[in-house]
Amino acid sequence: MLHMTDVSKVYRTEMVETHALRDLTLEVKDGEFVAITGPSGSGKTTFLNIAGLLEEHTGGEYRLDGVEVRQLDDRARSRLRNEKIGFVFQSFNLIPDLNLFDNVDVPLRYRGLSRGDRKQRIERALERVGLASRVRHFPAELSGGQQQRVAIARAIAGDPKLLLADEPTGNLDSQMAREVMQLLEELNAQGTLVVIVTHDPEIAARAQRNVHIVDGVASDLERGPSLVRPTRAAAQPVV
Amino acid sequence: MFTYYLDLAARSLRRNLALTVLMIIAIAFGIGASMTTLTVLHVLSNDPIPGNSQNLYFVQLEPRRALGFVPGKEPLEQMTRTDSEALLRAAKADRQVMMTSGNAAVEPQRAGLAPFFADGRWTSTDFFAMFRVPFIAGAPWTADDDTRGTRVAVITSALADKVFGATEVVGRTLRVEGNDLRVIGVIANWRPTPHFYDLNNDTYGKGEQLFVPFSTSRDLKLSRSGSLDCWDDPIGDPLALNVPCVWTQFWVELATVEKAAQYRDYLVSYSLEQLRTGRYGRPPNVRLRNVTEWLDFKGVVPNDVRLQTWVALGFLLVCLVNTVGLLLTKFMRRSAEIGVRRALGASKRSIFIQLLVEAGTIGLVGGLLGLGLAWLGLWAVRHQPADYADLAQLDLPMLAGTFVLAIAASLLAGLLPAWRGCQVTPAIQLKSH
Repeated sequence: MLHMTDVSKVYRTEMVETHALRDLTLEVKDGEFVAITGPSGSGKTTFLNIAGLLEEHTGGEYRLDGVEVRQLDDRARSRLRNEKIGFVFQSFNLIPDLNLFDNVDVPLRYRGLSRGDRKQRIERALERVGLASRVRHFPAELSGGQQQRVAIARAIAGDPKLLLADEPTGNLDSQMAREVMQLLEELNAQGTLVVIVTHDPEIAARAQRNVHIVDGVASDLERGPSLVRPTRAAAQPVV
Repeated sequence: MFTYYLDLAARSLRRNLALTVLMIIAIAFGIGASMTTLTVLHVLSNDPIPGNSQNLYFVQLEPRRALGFVPGKEPLEQMTRTDSEALLRAAKADRQVMMTSGNAAVEPQRAGLAPFFADGRWTSTDFFAMFRVPFIAGAPWTADDDTRGTRVAVITSALADKVFGATEVVGRTLRVEGNDLRVIGVIANWRPTPHFYDLNNDTYGKGEQLFVPFSTSRDLKLSRSGSLDCWDDPIGDPLALNVPCVWTQFWVELATVEKAAQYRDYLVSYSLEQLRTGRYGRPPNVRLRNVTEWLDFKGVVPNDVRLQTWVALGFLLVCLVNTVGLLLTKFMRRSAEIGVRRALGASKRSIFIQLLVEAGTIGLVGGLLGLGLAWLGLWAVRHQPADYADLAQLDLPMLAGTFVLAIAASLLAGLLPAWRGCQVTPAIQLKSH
């Protein structure tokens, strides 16, 4: 699904050249649950932005679901991002003056789906995150955990193959964080590839696979059997 | 997607109401001022005879003595009666007309109505065909009537109504300056704007009500109005033949530019002939200008109207520059939302269009308000002491023009902010939000 070979990212200014990623090679298969860890400034967010087609890499090859993304223009990248990727952000990034229905509707609008199809998907997504009864509420009327669940509903409404989550529990208390993680695990159990960037070792421990990035270089982290979460087939959905 | 963008625009405009109102007011004032002055300019620079203005030519000759001759100087604007009648007889153009303006006392045959003066035009038969005068009854007089000085008249329906209390008056007798004229035609209340065929009188006046053959007007000694220029002391009647005074206008209709060139050659040879006989004292100096060229040459649109238009357009530009700044502020404040939309699949193009639709919506509302301001501005113009004041009305093309200008101006103002908006880097916004 996500295939990076020798991917590099260099930020250049007149004075300085910063290597955010150096020949990063990584392959993530359908259905995996991967945690990306690493110290601040190691390149985790750059990796996520490139994986999510929010930034272009400067070297190497990145294939997303078989498509070499470097050749794509902005329109094609946007379409691919819309169809294949769902985003969950640390600060939720809901649009404050849209109600839940309209927030979840945003990615579907750009896909050009019919009104009926959109409505069905929105209702189903909100139902999956347990907020079907609050479609007309606005983000400010919800708790942080609920807002993140709306963000997850928005991310999955279009049935993406890949869910990219950047510190999704970073702004939540432990109870809400647990709920959000359970939701992500459930989605993974149902077949969605989840890639989560986190600082939290407890969160990372819940992933099937840990990739550690240091100085822009990625490596799989060996873990003891006790830290390994059950595989998708064995996982039990939690609502 | 367009309706979605409209919905987003409406939400966004409601969100920052003060900023929105400020932009709408800026555009409305710019549009209101511009449309007021543009409407006045549009009315004043109107083509008075669409479809034929390129084929009608105003003729000028130089009949003066050699004394005071300066090569290259513009010839006299009007013609002597002798030259007008000679050119009319020669009939070298497709159509030709000589004329002068006048006024005459009309004696109504209705009880209780006192005699009054009516503005008139003493002219020849082709006047009506050349200038597309709309008849509602009867017909023009003939060339034979011109020659014989037949006592006939063509009148406007307004005059017919005033004098007879009816418009079906062909065949009835109109008493003018104590003479009986038979009404042979009634025309609609015709008012070419500007009054191109004779700019010596009111350029934007209401036009004439009474039309009489030129020869008849001379036989009956009907009074004339307008300028009269003489270069020698005329002996006796300055309106007689062979008098060194110009007071008639002469127009020709020529269907092609080749015919116009031939007619110009004819005017030169005519002038040479007059020079040879000693009637003219200067070398041939002729002009042949079509309606558009003639109006341009005469500068019929007052300079202050042009100046006001430029000032208003400058004001619109200032309003637009302000709107650009306000839109930039508004769109840049929404960088976070733009970043989210980009992450969720919006292309730069989608964002650009979304923001332009928002700018266009502001323009549309600003245009509506601007239309009201333009209406007020034109109402103020109509109360000015100018001969064109009553013409300052917003017609359908200008009404449509208001919205086109408002939306085009706001889209133009929205281009830079929308472009900046769509260049927002989503990665940075998503992290910093």
